[in-house]
Amino acid sequence: MDITLDRLFLRIGGFELRANCRLESNRAFALIGPSGEGKTTLLQAIAGFLSPVSGRIEFGGRDFTNIRPSERPTTILFQEHNLFPHVSVYNNAALGVRTDLRLSKVQRHHVISVLDRVGLSGLRDRMPGELSGGQRQRVALARALLRSQPVLLLDEPFAALGPGLRKEMLDLVAEIRAEYIITLVMVTHEPADALRIADYTLLICKGRVSPPSDTQEFFAHPSVELKSYLGL
Amino acid sequence: MARRANPLIALAGAAAIIAVALVTLVPVATLWINSDRLLGRSAEFEVSAADIAALRFTLLQAFLSAAISVVLAVPVARAIFRRKFFGRELLISVLGAPFLLPVIVAVIGLLAVWGRSGWISAVLISAGYERISIYGLSGVLLAHVFFNLPLATRIILQAWSRIPAEHFRLAEQIGMSPSDQFRHLEWPMLRSVAPGAFLLIALICASSFAVVLALGGGPRATTLELAIFEAIRFDFDLGRAASLALVQFAIGVAFAVVVLAGNREIGFGGGIQLNFENWSKNRTWAIAIDAFAIGSLIAFVGLPLLAIFLEGVGKLPTLPPETWPALINSISIAMLSTAVSVFLGLALSVRIASLSRFPGRAVEIFSMLALSASPLVIGTGLFLLLQPFVSPFNLALPVTALVNSAMSMPLIVRILLPACRRTVEVYGPLVDSLGIRGWSAIRLVYWPSLRSPAGFSAGIAAALSMGDLGVVALFAPPEFATLPLVVYRLMGAYRTDQAEGAALLLVMASFALFFAFDRGGRLGHHA
Repeated sequence: MDITLDRLFLRIGGFELRANCRLESNRAFALIGPSGEGKTTLLQAIAGFLSPVSGRIEFGGRDFTNIRPSERPTTILFQEHNLFPHVSVYNNAALGVRTDLRLSKVQRHHVISVLDRVGLSGLRDRMPGELSGGQRQRVALARALLRSQPVLLLDEPFAALGPGLRKEMLDLVAEIRAEYIITLVMVTHEPADALRIADYTLLICKGRVSPPSDTQEFFAHPSVELKSYLGL
Repeated sequence: MARRANPLIALAGAAAIIAVALVTLVPVATLWINSDRLLGRSAEFEVSAADIAALRFTLLQAFLSAAISVVLAVPVARAIFRRKFFGRELLISVLGAPFLLPVIVAVIGLLAVWGRSGWISAVLISAGYERISIYGLSGVLLAHVFFNLPLATRIILQAWSRIPAEHFRLAEQIGMSPSDQFRHLEWPMLRSVAPGAFLLIALICASSFAVVLALGGGPRATTLELAIFEAIRFDFDLGRAASLALVQFAIGVAFAVVVLAGNREIGFGGGIQLNFENWSKNRTWAIAIDAFAIGSLIAFVGLPLLAIFLEGVGKLPTLPPETWPALINSISIAMLSTAVSVFLGLALSVRIASLSRFPGRAVEIFSMLALSASPLVIGTGLFLLLQPFVSPFNLALPVTALVNSAMSMPLIVRILLPACRRTVEVYGPLVDSLGIRGWSAIRLVYWPSLRSPAGFSAGIAAALSMGDLGVVALFAPPEFATLPLVVYRLMGAYRTDQAEGAALLLVMASFALFFAFDRGGRLGHHA
């Protein structure tokens, strides 16, 4: 499902951000830029946690600007606190199917197979506190898949993981994206992450979002802003 | 990690620990020696029905006060947490005000609103209904909820704001209904914080004296504290007073142990903010409930405060002559007790902070436990201790100052300890590696980073001492008074107008002292 940010204008406190671009359907996009420049803010607005001052957000050509988060075709993974700490792994994932946790037999099997798919078979009855950081984000990923929304937003959920584990998680996301046909938008400050799985990259700098560019091109021929961000 | 302590701090810390032990353990030991009847060492052992009734009423009113405060605090904290409105920050700060309000002043304010000739009765009468009366259990509960609903609200509000914002967004995203959200987000938080708040408030109410003195009394509304007071002042039955005080002490320790076992940090600070859009809160009924909760809180806490001002301000010129020496006495006691408690509190906190984890925690717990004795318990012990040698009534001023400083110590340690821990943690290695010792370490490192919290805690100690109506009631001879005692005596003599004037004077003096110390701590301070 494609995403259109139509003359979007966001403001939090004194901070302002403008974006005007279209993100193609079923592709992976990386949002890169210095910290404090509004990468997370933009993602929050796409997910519906922040109302824009002006402009529109469209999914698949339909206006969603004033639609609440649960009615949008999006799922977002935060950097942390993606799980309810007193709810088991299985139930945390199952919340993506029904929030009252009354699942049919078919739905229960589906939850189990998705947990298996993200590599959590055998950990279903654990509590989040008993999991490693990577495992916790796998549960969150499983819930995202169970929600089966066509747009997946990643707000650096793997930033706190070691480099090896982070690559592993990114590869898992890439595989899943191909399987489930998902439009992916991920925030990162690591060019390597973008190069690993993003088709296109957008640079956020000085309150503006640049239009998406082909990731390989983007880093092969860096713009002035990108050069200054990368310290080249 | 333990490091070699600065000898000056170690010395002051040891002195503080000994002082705390002396001020509490000696009086309690005196009670023990004098409790012949309770401990069955005397032939005429007997517990009267009145004593049992006092014990029952103590626990009953503590339980009800705590339960009502915590239950009402939940919708109020929820409303404050999720709404943005004009004056929200101010409201949160004002929630701390009843804590510094002298109890007798609050009673005057509550009577002006809820009393037989108060505002509500006036409205009821003009509408053709009966007057209401708030003496007895209902008055005690009303006053305790007035003091502790704001406290419970602050505790629960802080717990609410500790729920990660991500969890609310997550609930929003997966479309949780309000009831599912309550079940997964809010109920677990309440389950973890509410019992601690309940116990803390029950502890406070179980040893509350001035409220019961002013609004309780009689066979049906006498607490242990009041029974102790009456045993000494009316019957001069010191053995009975000692026994009752020992029971009261046991209750205090029992509650304090449970509170400490829960080990919940009760914060005083703000930093409560909300920065996300919650869509489900915008349904009409949700807005109505929240508006009702916030409005009720403002009316319940604000009307008595307003009454203190409105009823008192015109009566300031009519104050009787005994008010002024009483004001001087109150200020002298406050200054003396603040100096002692802040000095000891600083020494104790820095000492605890520089000890390694286990002994540090042990000393902290000891100081809390030792001080879970109520003023009346310590006062009774001191009375028995002094009585064979001098007339306790001649020592009202120094004894009151001493007990007041002991009472504010746990609070002072709670305020100073986090700052001390931070200072030791951040600068300790630097101080050690540079070899800064003795007085220069205190002057260059500790005092600059502690003067602001020390000023704040001195303000609290001074305000609490100004408003205290506990041990002074026990010791004061008829010709001696502090300002709270004057208010109480005027009230008892049905000179309500003068009592209201004196109450306003008292609250102004308390807050003036608080602000003077708090400002003093921050003046010319750049850290």
